[in-house]
Amino acid sequence: MEKLKQKIMRCTKEDIVRAIAIYAVVAFLLVFLVCPLCTLFVKAFQNKDGAFVGFAQFIKYFQSKSLIQSISHTFFVAIMSTIISVTLAFFFSYALSRKNVPCKGFFQYIGMIPIFAPTMLLGIALIYLFGNKGIFTALGLKVALYGKVGIIIAESIYCFPVATTILMVAFSAADNRLYEAADTMGTSTLRKMLTITIPNVKYGLISALFVAFTYSFTDFGAPSVVGGNYNVLATDVYKQVVGQQNFNMGAVVGIILLFPAVLSFVVDRITNQKQSAAINSKSVPYQIKPDKKSDALATAFCICITLVMVIFFAVALFASLIKLWPYNLTFTISNYDLTKIASGSGFTAFKNSILISLITAVLGTIVTFVGAYMIEKNQKFKTSRRIAYFLSITPLAIPGTVIGLSFIMFFNASQFNIPFMDGYALQNPFHGMYGTIWILILANMIHFYSVPFSTATTSLKRLDKEFETVSESLAVPFYRTLGKVTLPLCLPAICEMWVYFFVNSLVTVSAVVFLASPTAPIASVIIVSMEGAGQTAPAVAMCMLLLFINLFVRLVYEAIRGRSNKKK
Amino acid sequence: MKRIVVLAMAAMLAVTALTGCVTKAEGQADSTTTVADSDENVLNVYTALEDEQVADYLTEFKEQNPDVTVNVTRESTGVITSKLLAEKENPVVDVVWGLSATSLLVLAQEGMLDAYAPEGVDRILPEFKDDAEVPTWVGIDAWETAFIVNKEVLKSNGIDTVPTSYEDLLDPKYKGLIAMSNPASSGTGLLTVNGILNLYGDEEGWNYLDKLHENVAVYMHSGSQPAKATAAGEYGIGVSFGYRCIQSAEEVGSDICEAVFPKEGSGWDLEANALIKKDNQKEIAKKFLDWAISDNIMKKYATNYPIVATGVGDNIPEGYAKNPIDQLIPDMDFAKAAQNRESILETWTERYDAKSAEQE
Repeated sequence: MEKLKQKIMRCTKEDIVRAIAIYAVVAFLLVFLVCPLCTLFVKAFQNKDGAFVGFAQFIKYFQSKSLIQSISHTFFVAIMSTIISVTLAFFFSYALSRKNVPCKGFFQYIGMIPIFAPTMLLGIALIYLFGNKGIFTALGLKVALYGKVGIIIAESIYCFPVATTILMVAFSAADNRLYEAADTMGTSTLRKMLTITIPNVKYGLISALFVAFTYSFTDFGAPSVVGGNYNVLATDVYKQVVGQQNFNMGAVVGIILLFPAVLSFVVDRITNQKQSAAINSKSVPYQIKPDKKSDALATAFCICITLVMVIFFAVALFASLIKLWPYNLTFTISNYDLTKIASGSGFTAFKNSILISLITAVLGTIVTFVGAYMIEKNQKFKTSRRIAYFLSITPLAIPGTVIGLSFIMFFNASQFNIPFMDGYALQNPFHGMYGTIWILILANMIHFYSVPFSTATTSLKRLDKEFETVSESLAVPFYRTLGKVTLPLCLPAICEMWVYFFVNSLVTVSAVVFLASPTAPIASVIIVSMEGAGQTAPAVAMCMLLLFINLFVRLVYEAIRGRSNKKK
Repeated sequence: MKRIVVLAMAAMLAVTALTGCVTKAEGQADSTTTVADSDENVLNVYTALEDEQVADYLTEFKEQNPDVTVNVTRESTGVITSKLLAEKENPVVDVVWGLSATSLLVLAQEGMLDAYAPEGVDRILPEFKDDAEVPTWVGIDAWETAFIVNKEVLKSNGIDTVPTSYEDLLDPKYKGLIAMSNPASSGTGLLTVNGILNLYGDEEGWNYLDKLHENVAVYMHSGSQPAKATAAGEYGIGVSFGYRCIQSAEEVGSDICEAVFPKEGSGWDLEANALIKKDNQKEIAKKFLDWAISDNIMKKYATNYPIVATGVGDNIPEGYAKNPIDQLIPDMDFAKAAQNRESILETWTERYDAKSAEQE
């Protein structure tokens, strides 16, 4: 007791602020990440009435032929989409970073477009292109769209931007000395590719493969549109939970969805740790040498890729602006009349979506930044910091579907029974959030937590540790250093985090499809239900609106960044 | 010293907050009513009516009750039904509007509905409402199975006949051209299956569905989707419901699409309203149910459906037969349909959801 007293006496005001901040972040992640996941695990071992049934639900699941089949379907589709998207992204980013390609910025931005729209848009555009009455079908290109083919094409496009982003970073770190040495020895281009370039980007490549796999393994939007009767796990969960309200079986599928994601997460962590050694201070940045033939080839490839993207989104835009495909191609903007759709709640949903994205972006940025700061710029609370770090990168491994499911189970329960204390239960203080926009905001914050967290950590790591040491020796409290030095220096990173939260929250479906309610409808979920009712054109129009808003936000961000770069 | 006091106070606060949360368990979870508000100005409605109809119908109610916020959840029949069943212990919703009678009977069996006689319920024909003196559910209209045929698509597949009966659909030439709604999620899908089981008897009925399955390209989420997709040229034949088939065919033009009512008769069901049993029932909910069968709105229903609960109107919407009641399969037993709903869906899912994927 005496010791504790002394320990507390030694605390400064600053320490208390630090303690509150770090514990608040840990508590936030414990309550909204760990607790819901625990609820999900518990549910998977219970029956509908809440009695413990062990593995009975799992056994029932593995006895159902159709559900088992979904597993192999999902693997097949995910592996194919991963191979296609990463291969394309590999050559695309190789061309952009290692070849003389004109208008690199333009190509890169067009290649990014798919992340700004809900994945349903890709599926719907595919119907207009390759459906029975599709544009390409009419030109004689017949594809059995509904089923695996459609899903694979849509997922490949969906995963392409993420894979490209990761690979661009990997390609940017190269040591020109190796290539010089190879050139002096007269090494062939192919050999250079196999012995220098690929080993060099190995970790980026592995990371891209796993991220693409996780994305396509868990996506709901595209399969729900072009899947036809080809069932995959993500649509199974939806059918079980939304269609039949069978939460316990949903929990079982959720846990199955978690396996590959966790595996890829572990691999990603391991490769990430190794990656830092690839480049050292003596490295020389890569110099692009002009080579007419391969440069032309690279440019042609980039044009092809961007052409595909442009065609997809041009078709979607076109689809949203005509009366009735394919028989009445009169121009109309009536599909954009939000008051007419979703039983009149289209406009509310749209407003809610923007509001939710804004709040998620602001709160998410604050929480992740404070979290990253407390972990990075702090010498004390070693255990808490470690826990906080681990919890902060965990969401990367959790598919949105699982977050949505665990949230609905956690928030819907009004009380939790305490084990071994029969007759007593813990009231759930968060029950009241059920059915409000707050549950959606929290789900988005958790779902997209890891990437902005990493952005913040990276940018904090880049800052000189001296700032903290100096201010400490001058007895300036850390929060003053934070406000006067750290925050202004990290502003670009903070803006990036904000945009990431906003863009993703606006278009996400996988988590929120389980959480939106009549009292808090949102746009992306309304798109799913409109599509389900066959109202394709208004659904596309809504997708396009979300896309425009995201593009606008991104452009504003780029403009601000461009300006501040100039100032420097 | 001050620091210790602050910390001690914080600790005490945390402890009291925690203990304050512990209460006597009341059976299983989900038993309090925190979500259900008693605000008279908020009305939560679940409906399976068609999207474009809901907005149109509701205008009048909103005009009459400008202070009331009406939150409408519109989904397919199956989804709305499961949602209601799942929320049984703690219903968010106040009234159900335009849900199939089969589903409402399931809810009634679960004791989820309260009897209420809305104003003017005497005008509703007896077969369109619950038998009890104070009915638990009151119908508004009937809807029935129909096909939409895209003649252009059939022609491009070398077919120039139009199927006019269930039997026709089994013709191998239609293989891969038929879209149907999934009865697990769609009320139209369920009433079609029920109609077929009623028409052929159980054993023959499932045999028929087995054969039909050979020709079906896809089972879709809602009743509307097969019609919409067929009208967009994705499929040759959509098994959907009357209103949607007629409306979609009209949209693309009679030279391309045609609505067809099967010769053997159509499976059908009622769309009906009911009051949800809950602790803090709202007056506005009852007012809504009164309005939902008032003369004006009945007239509106009649512009879309030929058979409404007050009888067949004088102005039968275009596209329907002169005597729409003759089209319906007689003696559809909704009570039986409600009782068997779960087992029918289970059988269906087992046979066709799994099998359809196996063919890959």
